[in-house]
Amino acid sequence: MSTSEIDRQWTTRLRRRVEGKLPPEKLLPDTQPTYVSSWIYVFGIATLSSLGVVIGTGCILALRGPQWWHGSAYGHFINSMHLWSVEIFFFAMVVHLWGKFAMAAWRGGRALTWMTGVVTFLVSIGAGFTGYVSQSNFDSQWISTQAKDGINATGAGAYFNVLNLGQMLMWHIVLLPLGAIVLTGMHVLMVRIKGVVPPFEEGAEVAE
Amino acid sequence: MSKKSFRPDVDAPKWKGGYSPYDIIKEGTIALVVILVLTLIFAIVFGSPDEKAITVRTWSNADPIDFATTALSELNGTSTSAAYGAPYNNVPGSGQAMGPLKLEQWVGVRIPINAGKDFVISPLKSLPDQPILDQNLKTWSTASTTTQNSWLSSYGKAAAKMKVVKGQIVVNTTSAGPLPVMINDLTQMARSGALDQALVTGHGFYTTDYTKPLLFLADSGYLSNLASNQHLTGDQWGMMNETGSYPGQAWLWLYTFWYQIPPFNTSASGDALVFATMGVLSLLLLFVPFIPGLRSIPRKLKIYRLIWREHYQDSK
Amino acid sequence: MAFLLSFAALIPLDNLGHYIQWHFIEISIANLIVMILMVVTFIVALVAPFPGRSRRKENR
Repeated sequence: MSTSEIDRQWTTRLRRRVEGKLPPEKLLPDTQPTYVSSWIYVFGIATLSSLGVVIGTGCILALRGPQWWHGSAYGHFINSMHLWSVEIFFFAMVVHLWGKFAMAAWRGGRALTWMTGVVTFLVSIGAGFTGYVSQSNFDSQWISTQAKDGINATGAGAYFNVLNLGQMLMWHIVLLPLGAIVLTGMHVLMVRIKGVVPPFEEGAEVAE
Repeated sequence: MSKKSFRPDVDAPKWKGGYSPYDIIKEGTIALVVILVLTLIFAIVFGSPDEKAITVRTWSNADPIDFATTALSELNGTSTSAAYGAPYNNVPGSGQAMGPLKLEQWVGVRIPINAGKDFVISPLKSLPDQPILDQNLKTWSTASTTTQNSWLSSYGKAAAKMKVVKGQIVVNTTSAGPLPVMINDLTQMARSGALDQALVTGHGFYTTDYTKPLLFLADSGYLSNLASNQHLTGDQWGMMNETGSYPGQAWLWLYTFWYQIPPFNTSASGDALVFATMGVLSLLLLFVPFIPGLRSIPRKLKIYRLIWREHYQDSK
Repeated sequence: MAFLLSFAALIPLDNLGHYIQWHFIEISIANLIVMILMVVTFIVALVAPFPGRSRRKENR
């Protein structure tokens, strides 16, 4: 097998591309530019960590099935953790969003990073919503019968039936978490590839 | 600088300054532990809500008259479900629109619901060995639409003075045909819990689809009264509220805000308008990096000077 | 201790909440607290001194 043949392989090309874009020292950096020194920077990792706790507690709830938490004190406690980690998740994500907006963090070819972040936010709202309608209690009865009107008004209700518990549970525990995880992964990788956005240049205000 | 002119809200200067040590794994681990501890504290101290689901049984026992009048509204076509239109049924003039976009109607009936048949007639037919009821159901189904409508109208007029006597629904009319028996028997069926089962098992033994019982419950005054007590209705900003005094989906504040003001809270297409508005706003947020003016806000707000104050102090 | 025995929340928030009403604005105390905390957290994150400044200066 000649070297050029190896060079042409899809696998080789993909590996070289990844190595070029994301070498190990970028993926797992041991330094940061000195301007990265504010508490506002912790809200990205705080959002990521709460997503971890949301998924972890969700997995424990999944072990015994959707009805478990109604009848078991331990199950109810795991549900409480699931709820509060979601509250913390959105809390951290919103502060992260405000912070990144204040920094205009899309500058320097980081627009796609911003956009994956916004889409992750929207997907998370969907994931949260399907969770609320999958609780199988009074809350989900009310929320689903109300939300159907909004979703039906877009035409989507004909396919995305919020009154169908099985469908909502599947979206909540498979499709939307998968979307949130993939999007978050892309978002974090893009941050690592491009690095943290540098400060505005003083005096640059006159340029536009 | 590059050949093209430098746009401060789009381009970023290349960092030529120093770097300081940063342990990403350690930071991640600390963050995870902190979040886990916070979650544990909140879960241990406050717990989480689990207000029991209501059933057709609890509803019909708590308020048999509300149940019976709701059942009547399914038969005479005045209930929300019966008059809904797409995606549940064909009702001329129904459905919301975003201007010329009548998405709801274009999609059509995909989850067919025949309110009278699905919520009243079919469940009654499923009851075994009820000779009197069977006779009345036969009278109903063999009657012409005109006759049915005159029965419905007579029953509807008398229903204003409906009473519950020894657990039976009593309506003072002799011109409502089989309706008094049908409505009363459905109420008894509901109070026994059998109607809950009849509504869910429409698809057979196994089911995870609660569309029919939920639509029926939503037609009642009972469900919305309970929700109103808990501040959950749309005009109470209920979308972001939770049962009890737990925080809810506070991130839906903007979505629920629109429902409080005109034209959203007065239009028959309010839901569609709110959805369209939120769609546009979401797109704006998504495309902030490309929208002149919008993308200059952070530079003009100058909050960034606080964030990077060390950097600006040091570079002076 | 009570929690360890039964997994029951110490201060369950199951009682009907309190709501603030101002013109057409209506918000639960719980949501209001969450939102105020968010803004406060954001401001504190902006102004609170971040530790390790001397070490960063060395690396300039």
